Amino acid sequence: MPHSSKSTRRSAVTIALAAALALSACGAKAGESGSAAPAESCVDTSGSAVKIGFLNSLSGTMAISEQTVRDSLDLAAAEINADGGVLGKQLQIVAEDGASEPTVFAEKADKLISSDCVAAVFGGWTSSSRKAMLPVFESKNSLLFYPVQYEGLEASKNIFYTGATTNQQIIPGMDYLKEQGKSKVFLVGSDYVFPRTANKIINAYAKANGIEIVGEEYAPLGHTDFATIVNKLKASGADAVFNTLNGDSNVAFFKEYKNVGLKAETVPVVSVSIAEEEVGGIGVENIEGQLTAWNYYQTVKSAENETFVKAFKAEYGAGRPTSDPMEAAYTSLYLWKAMVEKADSFDVAAVQTAADGVTFDAPEGTVTVNGENHHIAKTAYIGKIDQDGLIYPVWESEGAIEPDPFLKGYDWAAGLS
Amino acid sequence: MDALFSQLFAGVSLGSVLLLVALGLALTFGQMGVINMAHGEFMMAGAYTAFVVQHVVSNAGLSLLIALPLGFLAGGLLGLLLEATLLRRMHSRPLDTLLVTFGVALVLQQLARDIFGAPNVDVRAPAWLQGAVLDTTIPKTRLFILVLAVVAVSLLALALKLTPLGRRIRATVQNRDLAEASGISTTSADRITFFLGSGLAGIAGVALSLLGSIGPTLGTNYIVDAFLVVVVGGIGQLKGAVIAAFSLGVVQATFEYSTTASLAKVLLLVAIIAFLQVRPQGLVALRTRSLA
Repeated sequence: MPHSSKSTRRSAVTIALAAALALSACGAKAGESGSAAPAESCVDTSGSAVKIGFLNSLSGTMAISEQTVRDSLDLAAAEINADGGVLGKQLQIVAEDGASEPTVFAEKADKLISSDCVAAVFGGWTSSSRKAMLPVFESKNSLLFYPVQYEGLEASKNIFYTGATTNQQIIPGMDYLKEQGKSKVFLVGSDYVFPRTANKIINAYAKANGIEIVGEEYAPLGHTDFATIVNKLKASGADAVFNTLNGDSNVAFFKEYKNVGLKAETVPVVSVSIAEEEVGGIGVENIEGQLTAWNYYQTVKSAENETFVKAFKAEYGAGRPTSDPMEAAYTSLYLWKAMVEKADSFDVAAVQTAADGVTFDAPEGTVTVNGENHHIAKTAYIGKIDQDGLIYPVWESEGAIEPDPFLKGYDWAAGLS
Repeated sequence: MDALFSQLFAGVSLGSVLLLVALGLALTFGQMGVINMAHGEFMMAGAYTAFVVQHVVSNAGLSLLIALPLGFLAGGLLGLLLEATLLRRMHSRPLDTLLVTFGVALVLQQLARDIFGAPNVDVRAPAWLQGAVLDTTIPKTRLFILVLAVVAVSLLALALKLTPLGRRIRATVQNRDLAEASGISTTSADRITFFLGSGLAGIAGVALSLLGSIGPTLGTNYIVDAFLVVVVGGIGQLKGAVIAAFSLGVVQATFEYSTTASLAKVLLLVAIIAFLQVRPQGLVALRTRSLA
């Protein structure tokens, strides 16, 4: 037995290596096609329908979050179709699974554009998935509507960013902590592009505003043992935590945080990746009283939101909450519709030209597209997680904040981008 | 001092989690030589058992205690099914087993996703397991898992050492042909070993539901660590797995405290590779008269 299992071990390593090589080869392929010359658009608008693509992770570690975005995209498409479609054409959805893998996102985006010939693609969640898709959309000259808050420092003419950029979410979050008199902030995040960039900005903000950053910790995606990081947090003497952890790691972090006796009243955690949908999976009892920074909550009071929430619950069940990325995805489809109608064409160039100043009365409030950086002006809300699993706004910005992905309007941010 | 103590406990606790996760694998991989990639999914089955039981029995404490034996059964029965339908046709074909069990793992993950939905679910910890022990920073859940791991490993060791069944299992591991010649049914010994090992994975799953959330990919987060423990510990001996689990736990927690979580994982893997260069057979090697 020892003999055979030893050789097995070696062979297992060989197989794993081969699999890894195969995977990286796929990645390279997607990259190559990205650098090819711009292809002629093959979008067919002659019939009574027009194709659009939805690309979200329905499997893998991000499925927990991205399924909710897909649901609200489906809802928006159904509403638009019931209302007569876009320019009189019914929307025909081509749905793909990004499988939580950036390389898969790039491949599927390529497929949606080149072989399905969709007029626009809606989806993506992690920044790595967006960065993997960006060269594909630029080289094929197609459009991506990206519905999630992200780390900023990007403005592609082929992407519309309908989630918040940093000055609409991270900076309001820090403004709020400063207003509350917090002076020692601990940073914890998943180890990838969004948390690292967000924390760079927070560090610069803190330096300019007299806040001390007492610790900065990153955990690999899918990390489940937070005993050590929480020990460091406790020893640091922090009076607030800024949390950019993603996905399942939040559960393990908050359970650990609670178990060592930390409390939301004394050391509040501001999270930027936890929305209503995730609260249930984390367990309300682990996270009650903690803060979040977003641009939409199910509890936002507006007629548009009431309609949206009602329609969503009618479609997917009363137990399903609505959240910021879901609302941003829902809004993104309506914004695209408004742009197409303003341009009177599905053509990418025409839509890009028409985009500036397009507005939509979204559930979060009225949003306006900025034609220069393709982001949208949004209101920021700090919310508190309540016993019922919903998040209630405790603070809101004065009106919609203009998007500033490169933080040009902030002196302390000079040298960041 | 306080930080040092908390950190030491964090290491021991991580070790106990690793031990619980690897214990079943130490049986199926260590004793039988089956590379079971679906071991993680048996943990997932245990974790979802805890979730389902909590829905039926609303008292969190009672449901945890009921979930432990039920999780054992859930994991064990899945293991039995896998052994009886697929693995017994593949003895002495370890590479095929690797691929087949990996496939089974993917099927089970998708099954969980279809039954319970893509979003993760949460199991409430009972009131007597919430917070820290007295004035220390030791979380009660982690202490509970430590005790559970120690109890599980002791029971298993005693069963292997003292019961007739344990003797049959050890005989089969040490020399399959001779055991068979002495009238031991190695088929049933294999089957029972696999049932026990998979059942332990189910128990580990129930325990993990106290630490994190439950999702279809719960097992994949732990399967590599579990194999590391068994490989470092040495094939075929529980003692090795116990020492390896606690050493890896403490070493990783220490690395993580002095560097970062990502770097700690890298350093740990480098250390393990270096260690295996010196001692390829692992910490504790089983001496066997088998010719295989």
